[in-house]
Amino acid sequence: MSNTKSPAQFALLSRILHWLMAALLVAMLFIGVSMVSSLGDYHGLLAIHRPLGILILILAAIRLATRMFTRAPALPRSILQPEQYVAKASEVLLYTLFIALPLVGWGMLSAGHYPIVMFGAVHLPPILPAKPALYATLRETHTILAYLLFLAFLAHLSAVLFHTLILRDGLLNRMVPWPVRAAGGESRG
Amino acid sequence: MNTRESNQLTELTVTSFESGRSLGRLAGIGALIAVIAGLFLLAGGWFTPHALTPKAIINTFERLNGVHSGFRRNHAKGVCVTGFFESNGQGQAISRARVFVPGRVSILGRFALAGGQPYAADTPQTIRSLAILFKLPDGEEWRTAMVNIPIFVVNTPKEFAEFLVASSPDPATGKVNPAAMSAFLAQHPETAAALKVIGRHPFSSGFGDSPYYALNAFRFVNANGDSTPVRWSVVPDQTLAPNQAFSPNPARMGKNYLFDALIAQIHAKPLGWHLILTVGQPGDPTADAALQWPPDRQQIDAGTVTFNSIESEDTSPIRDINFDPLVLPDGIRPSDDPLLSARSAAYSVSFTRREGERKEPSAISTSEVQK
Repeated sequence: MSNTKSPAQFALLSRILHWLMAALLVAMLFIGVSMVSSLGDYHGLLAIHRPLGILILILAAIRLATRMFTRAPALPRSILQPEQYVAKASEVLLYTLFIALPLVGWGMLSAGHYPIVMFGAVHLPPILPAKPALYATLRETHTILAYLLFLAFLAHLSAVLFHTLILRDGLLNRMVPWPVRAAGGESRG
Repeated sequence: MNTRESNQLTELTVTSFESGRSLGRLAGIGALIAVIAGLFLLAGGWFTPHALTPKAIINTFERLNGVHSGFRRNHAKGVCVTGFFESNGQGQAISRARVFVPGRVSILGRFALAGGQPYAADTPQTIRSLAILFKLPDGEEWRTAMVNIPIFVVNTPKEFAEFLVASSPDPATGKVNPAAMSAFLAQHPETAAALKVIGRHPFSSGFGDSPYYALNAFRFVNANGDSTPVRWSVVPDQTLAPNQAFSPNPARMGKNYLFDALIAQIHAKPLGWHLILTVGQPGDPTADAALQWPPDRQQIDAGTVTFNSIESEDTSPIRDINFDPLVLPDGIRPSDDPLLSARSAAYSVSFTRREGERKEPSAISTSEVQK
């Protein structure tokens, strides 16, 4: 792989969206898992969960478009071919989940004949017909995808920390919000 | 990448690994991931398997009643109705909800008997319920699930779970254990007091001549942003007739006698109720569904509820509606009553389970409704 023409970092918008979405997604995963086991906080958490999910869907769409229309920086040379495949696959998995989870949630409420309340009188239209069995399937799917996203997040975090703290190959420089000129972190120690 | 580069990298990696600092960092990464995973599982209740959760409440209903495929875990035996709400505009003083703008909105409803037994015989003393879904413009909805007792028997989810077990027949013996109920009442004077209040409101003869109460307090917010505590109820236009005495004689009291009477009444003419908003004063308890407000509180007659059509759950899409009391339009908000969020959470679990099951036929069948 030639990285002579590669930028050192992802586009600024991609980097900003990455850290913003990271905070929102981690908050969302904890809100989701807390609310389904809580009696007292269920409603308050659900009232945040719905509009936050739609916000994540919008941000994910912008981020996907940014990713597709800008050049990504090359991976550090420490990353061998098999790991590159894993990195690529995990990126595809994460983007898929960012978009699928809110859509499944929205579709599930549609199929369950619920109004899709954002805030005040602001509602979203249903995106699927009201169908009981479809609701049950999507409700289950929503949970499975959420656990999958949490596992993918842990794997992503582990890999980045391993590269940054153990291999010290400057992988994280590609995504930090501040500008970094050269790729590779070996010299920085 | 060529072999030389690869070898250099391997050396680099091995060198890094051999240093104690790297091992420490590796351990640190592992610890961090474990902590995050642990916090996530903690938030999800994995380390507190005996905590009272929405699933635990519905599991209790299932343990007491058995699992009846496709039915609500509580208020299982019911029939679906449709009609309209005609607002007179009076509710607008305290709420900006569009349901109170003068005019008509269509409504869906469901009359049911409390309990998780979909084929139980109707009895005069079983608690009766009326759930209504008001369809507001632009997809907004107001859902309410009401019962024919003026206040609730408990005021927290924990007490509800305990009361449920104490007041239900033991699944092993099929009998209510009176000692369990006495013990509960001795520990919960608020329940004993609530039962006295409930006793002063004897049940009517049937579904059609009964008032239904929303039990919990809510906050109404008007166009100026003023927030007012409110409890609502529906009061029947039909003349209230005294309740029948229980008779084990099926000739006198058919298995579905309450539903059959309701069906006959709606076939004869539409049934009507007035929606009454009871306006709380500062200091009135909003977080205690087992306490009545003083009787002199202002009451606003917001309009009329009319049901003109009735249908079996076997064919009606209303079977697949969760009458979650926290599906509210703009202008109506939850109060600080802890039962509201708990009801919403538990109804959701019941809804999710039954929607995934094969639907067994309702006791109030299509032919019953056509009689």
